[in-house]
Amino acid sequence: MTDQAFDWMAAANKKAKGKRPEYFDDPEDERMLSILMAVVGEVSVLRERLDTVERLLESKGSITRSDIDSYEPDRDAAYERGAMAREYIYRVMRGPQQMVEELEQAEPPVEHISEELKEI
Amino acid sequence: MTSKTPENQKLDVPPPYNAVARHGVSAEPNHDEIARFNFLANFNKFMASELSPGNKLAYDKRVLPAFQKTHGREPKDRFEIRHAMNDDPFHRFWSALKRNSMEMRQQNGRAMVLRQIDEINAKARQFNEGRDTLELHPEIEIPRYQSAVDIHCMPGSYHGEELPGDVSAGANYDCGIFATTGGGLGALTDGGGQALVKWIRETRPGWEPRRVLDIGTTVGHNIVPLALAFPNCEFIAIDTAAPILRYAHARAQSLGATNIRFIQANAEDLSRWDDGTFDWVQTTMFLHETSGKALPKILAEGYRVLADDGLMLHLEQPEYSDEMPLYEQFIRDWDAFNNNEPFWSSMHALDMKDEMVSAGFDRSELFETGVRAVVDTEIFPQSDTEEGEDHGRAAFWHAYGAWKNRDELQEAAE
Repeated sequence: MTDQAFDWMAAANKKAKGKRPEYFDDPEDERMLSILMAVVGEVSVLRERLDTVERLLESKGSITRSDIDSYEPDRDAAYERGAMAREYIYRVMRGPQQMVEELEQAEPPVEHISEELKEI
Repeated sequence: MTSKTPENQKLDVPPPYNAVARHGVSAEPNHDEIARFNFLANFNKFMASELSPGNKLAYDKRVLPAFQKTHGREPKDRFEIRHAMNDDPFHRFWSALKRNSMEMRQQNGRAMVLRQIDEINAKARQFNEGRDTLELHPEIEIPRYQSAVDIHCMPGSYHGEELPGDVSAGANYDCGIFATTGGGLGALTDGGGQALVKWIRETRPGWEPRRVLDIGTTVGHNIVPLALAFPNCEFIAIDTAAPILRYAHARAQSLGATNIRFIQANAEDLSRWDDGTFDWVQTTMFLHETSGKALPKILAEGYRVLADDGLMLHLEQPEYSDEMPLYEQFIRDWDAFNNNEPFWSSMHALDMKDEMVSAGFDRSELFETGVRAVVDTEIFPQSDTEEGEDHGRAAFWHAYGAWKNRDELQEAAE
């Protein structure tokens, strides 16, 4: 058996060798995004787990925790859960997606429109 | 939500991780570990389809015009584009998201594997102990190009061990490719190997190679389908990293591919094999993980051990030819600098045809072809190569190949 010294939770977080690129001016922002994205992922995990519980309750009436781990979605359920994850990702990624839209179509500041409307 | 039939499943969603096939040494995922990979597969799809096009927009609309204004000329190479794009707020944010997705894939895979490391190691031992088809040579040094950084941000790389003799590096590598490719490589992540089987049967029907060498085999994803397709052929699969070979051997044995001998060896020196030993020498997505001096040595050694009428084949992403726009070269280079693939950029700038000629082939013997992953398209997506391609990860490769002295043999026979 593994001796007590092997802490798999700590080992799972090991850093890959090689200097990490800096994407933001402030290194704190790198850490904040990494925490935020981990939480975004975990919320998706919770939603999928809740969906599993709902589906099992609907079909069986009562469940055990081992039912959750052995749950295998059929083709339709797999698609519905994929669509659910997709919808969730689109919702949380609204900001970055809107950055793309701003790149497609640059717009004048609303202040300029305000000036314009005064005159027409 | 109402129940839907496959016909009206219009949204492009990846298959669930449950569809990934298990073999004898697979990590056994629990519910939430499956859900983590499902999230990443969906997130990567979102990144490729919705956000990636923003990079080109940022380049065309503001980065390139600013570059032209400052320098009074066009960018001369992909590096100038990269330096300019690295100051763009959209590209920086996109890169940061993508880097996080890669890091999460590693963390999620390692957490799943390391939680059950004793069980996985025990399963591997069952398939490995006492079998002469696994040959480890601890004197083989890990080359600098494998040890300088952890390739694809995979902590510990291929050669790292968490416990003495363990296989966790292989198990982690194997389990997470689903998340990175959205299932594009199929149930056993062997869509590349399946594609080779289909390709060789179409290209040279009835051919029965006697001995095949797979260089940089990693966990054997692409050699097991060939070994199963040619059960009477002897396969030699080499890699420099012992942990990944232990896993590869156990995986292959559990899948019934008992005709592969996994050997710890460095392909720069194949002196244990005589000239002309193999009918087929190949690498799949490996040469970009070597180095400027190692690559020609590997090709030259591969040529030497290849028999007349034998096949040399290398699968890679397409090279950066003069015809490829500089922007595309830049975006294909992302992994080189952001996902620890330090030879990726230089390798793809090589003319592989010139390299093959330097290794010994006649230019007239060379060929190039496209190879698309073969997967069960009832469940897994067919890799697309146009809109929404996740550059560097599409399950569609460029094959650089040659038949050694085949024409001369045919002429002699006539």
